[in-house]
Amino acid sequence: MKYEMVAGFETHVELSTNTKIFCSCTTAFGAEPNTHCCPVCIGLPGTLPKLNEKVVEYAIMAGLATNCEIAEIAKMDRKNYCYPDLPKAYQISQYDKPLCEHGYIELSNGRKIRITRIHIEEDAGKLIHNHGDTYVDYNRGGVPLIEIVSEPDIRSPEEAREYVEKLQQIMRYIGVSDCRMQEGSMRCDVNISVREAGSEKLGTRTEIKNMNSITFITKAMQYEFERQVDLIEAGEKVVQETLRYDDATNTTSPMRGKEDAHDYRYFREPDLVTIKVEREQVEKIKACLPELPNKKLDRYINEYEISEKDSALLVKYRNIAEYFDKAAQGLKTPKSAANFILTQIFRRLETEADKEAFDIKTLPEQLNKMCKLIESGKLKNSLAKSALEKMLDSGENIEKFVSEEDMAGLDDAALTKLCQDAINNSANAVADYKSGKEKALMSILGFVMKNSKGRADANAVKEKLKELIG
Amino acid sequence: MGLIKKYHDLLVKKEISCVELTQKYLDEINKSNGDLNAYITVTDELALENAKKVDAKIKAGEEISLLEGIPMTLKDNISTKGVETTCASKILSGYKPIYDATVYEILKSSGAVMLGKTNMDEFAMGSSSETSYFGGSKNPHNLSCCAGGSSGGGASAVGGNLAVYAIGSDTGGSIRQPASFCGVVGLKPTYGAVSRYGLIAYASSFDQIGPITKTVEDASIVFDAISKYDEKDSTSTGSNYETFNTLNDDIKGKKIGIAYEYLNGVKDEVKEAVLNASKVYESLGAEIVYFNLKELDYALPVYYILACAEASSNLGRYDGIRYGYKCEHYEGTHDMICRTRSEGFGEEVKRRILLGTYVLSAGYYDAYYKKAQNLRGSIVRAFDRAFADCDVILAPTVPMTAFKLGKAQFDPIETYLTDICTVPVNIASLPAVSVPCGIDKEGLPIGMQLIGRKFDEKTLLNIAYKYEQSTDNLKETKWGVKL
Repeated sequence: MKYEMVAGFETHVELSTNTKIFCSCTTAFGAEPNTHCCPVCIGLPGTLPKLNEKVVEYAIMAGLATNCEIAEIAKMDRKNYCYPDLPKAYQISQYDKPLCEHGYIELSNGRKIRITRIHIEEDAGKLIHNHGDTYVDYNRGGVPLIEIVSEPDIRSPEEAREYVEKLQQIMRYIGVSDCRMQEGSMRCDVNISVREAGSEKLGTRTEIKNMNSITFITKAMQYEFERQVDLIEAGEKVVQETLRYDDATNTTSPMRGKEDAHDYRYFREPDLVTIKVEREQVEKIKACLPELPNKKLDRYINEYEISEKDSALLVKYRNIAEYFDKAAQGLKTPKSAANFILTQIFRRLETEADKEAFDIKTLPEQLNKMCKLIESGKLKNSLAKSALEKMLDSGENIEKFVSEEDMAGLDDAALTKLCQDAINNSANAVADYKSGKEKALMSILGFVMKNSKGRADANAVKEKLKELIG
Repeated sequence: MGLIKKYHDLLVKKEISCVELTQKYLDEINKSNGDLNAYITVTDELALENAKKVDAKIKAGEEISLLEGIPMTLKDNISTKGVETTCASKILSGYKPIYDATVYEILKSSGAVMLGKTNMDEFAMGSSSETSYFGGSKNPHNLSCCAGGSSGGGASAVGGNLAVYAIGSDTGGSIRQPASFCGVVGLKPTYGAVSRYGLIAYASSFDQIGPITKTVEDASIVFDAISKYDEKDSTSTGSNYETFNTLNDDIKGKKIGIAYEYLNGVKDEVKEAVLNASKVYESLGAEIVYFNLKELDYALPVYYILACAEASSNLGRYDGIRYGYKCEHYEGTHDMICRTRSEGFGEEVKRRILLGTYVLSAGYYDAYYKKAQNLRGSIVRAFDRAFADCDVILAPTVPMTAFKLGKAQFDPIETYLTDICTVPVNIASLPAVSVPCGIDKEGLPIGMQLIGRKFDEKTLLNIAYKYEQSTDNLKETKWGVKL
């Protein structure tokens, strides 16, 4: 029997607001324990939360960028559970009135992964175990999160990878999160079940918690898929439970503790008022959103006629795409700017992090200028390549490496002189050509090109030579 | 004239210094707090230090505000930086906050002289102050009776001249009921009028801070000072109007409503005193209108379900990890939290946490919490309808006078029932004031309650003031310490 994987994601994304969700403490990562705290975020008795409006704005941005509807009225709720990293013994979250609902993300295979909802909530602190003692660091407590919940629309680890990468890409593009999985600013819970291929019925699902690497996610899903199939094949039942993934052994195992089935006793947070989202505000936010990766990709492929593969490389990080957009401005063939980026510039960026940062010395306006000179025929490709290398090394402008003379090109008199000199020096080749050996002309042409220092246009030289030899 | 203005004038005229006035009150505390148990903490050094500052100001010829140099007290659930704030609970014994509640910040900047922190029911849960870890507060009119609760310490202190005024909190009657028992004035403002920032939460959507004073005028002065919008409290709005300048406005033609339901099950003497008050109002030219408010039948269950639900969540944070009491012997974190809470909370608090946890639990939420939430809406609308036909509602504050000590703990359910007249106001977020309106056969004070429209403390206190001025109930007790 053939089986199909059915998976849905709950993705926590830490928002990159400067301050926490309910107080004005900084959200900066990596400080000494308990130095980014105040009476509000450590939940001292009598303190009250005050909702950071930026958090609402960022969540709306995330919602719009994932095709969600934005609620007109939303509210905050308390999710009650007792754990030392949660200083109030409840997390302020959203239960039945989230900010965003009914969105989707489209995969490259055309399938849409539906987004059920996106809600805002506060992060908890962190427990640190040291020599048998347990310490709590509340710096992360109160850092704003959005939880993006998908429908069970994912059918394979590959789709899962693309879904998570797309989410990452979108959130980075709109600037609401850096989505660094290794730092915990993006974490995924995966709900997974299997069913007979073609069946509509959902099987019993398990939940793999707190995944912080895309590779682990795909491995864990594959493992869990096979485990569940094995159980079903053996006539056993899949137990609905929460699992943790162990990357050392590449296995999943049941979790015990706070994540186990809980009655969270959700109820409305009485310390906060209803969130009213004005339509005007949504429109304003919409208008300020940058062009999203999918749109850019379409534009590059269809308008710029860049290959799908190359377009994907340009779109992958916002910095590259923005650089390219500037470099391509007003070009007849934007593809030429793309080629310079994907070859000469990319060669200098070794890691993904380098590519993401895209920190290069040459301004996109300079690349743009260079491409325009090429388009107008003033600069030859070969010359451009070496000039670009020097520009990238030094950060200097193009004028420094390409002289007025270079750019002016050759006038007819100069061309005629160069060609005549070459003919005079290549008696044999001229004779060969005259006797019908077309190829002989190429050696004379090479001679001219060399002497012009790359300034001559090969076609013009060819014509001129034919004319002179007669 | 109220007590605050009286002292203010004496201070300004330099007939008494602020240090002398403060010392008089500290002497009273020394003398009587052993009997009354009104204070948990007395901050005598801090008080005298602040009094000196006020004296220096007066000496320098600077103007002082009405509240400047007036000795007062805060309920022990209001956060005071560096001063122990216990909520009368073992679990917070020794807890010294690192920040000030907004209400204390305001009063401090007005030059108030804090004498100390007053006793209360543990976490404001109770009606007699006897659930306090530090023992109950006693009634200054009769030491064998309780002061009421939960702000019993504050009412006892004001009634017994151990403070000029007290700041209390009212979740289901906790300012008005002890004020009524102790023969003083207690104002529960509209929800949102006074910032809750720094008030240690019992039930967040009901809690409201307000003054306990000798006179309506004093309540008006304190209310006007503390009812300010606070950006730290999202539910805070501040008040729309000052109340002080309109206290003596004519009330001719004002409509005072009486709901039959408020008179059900009320002790005869209390009922009589309230109806006599209505006659006083008629003589002042006001009109009395009677009506039904049958939604009041639901008030008690709605209150106890919702308040306990919120409390069960609010009190989850006391785990012994960061502050307050921590059990001595334990094995592991879970055990430590369990033991700390089992040892640190009293019976009444545990009862309400259990009740609140139950009504929020999966499978019971719809039957209790959700239903109560819907009924809360019905009660709000019922009051809206009532206020279409009257300016204030007159009712008893409590169906009886002060209980004998120990009675409240004997039967908790019976005690819950005595909140029947006060809780509807908190459910509907309305302002209400309790004003003394008589004395029963045993010499215990009777209080009447006036309930106003949302944010209309102006009309409420005007109508309360007019009554107070035309009667001489407890007049001899209205004055402060012998100077």
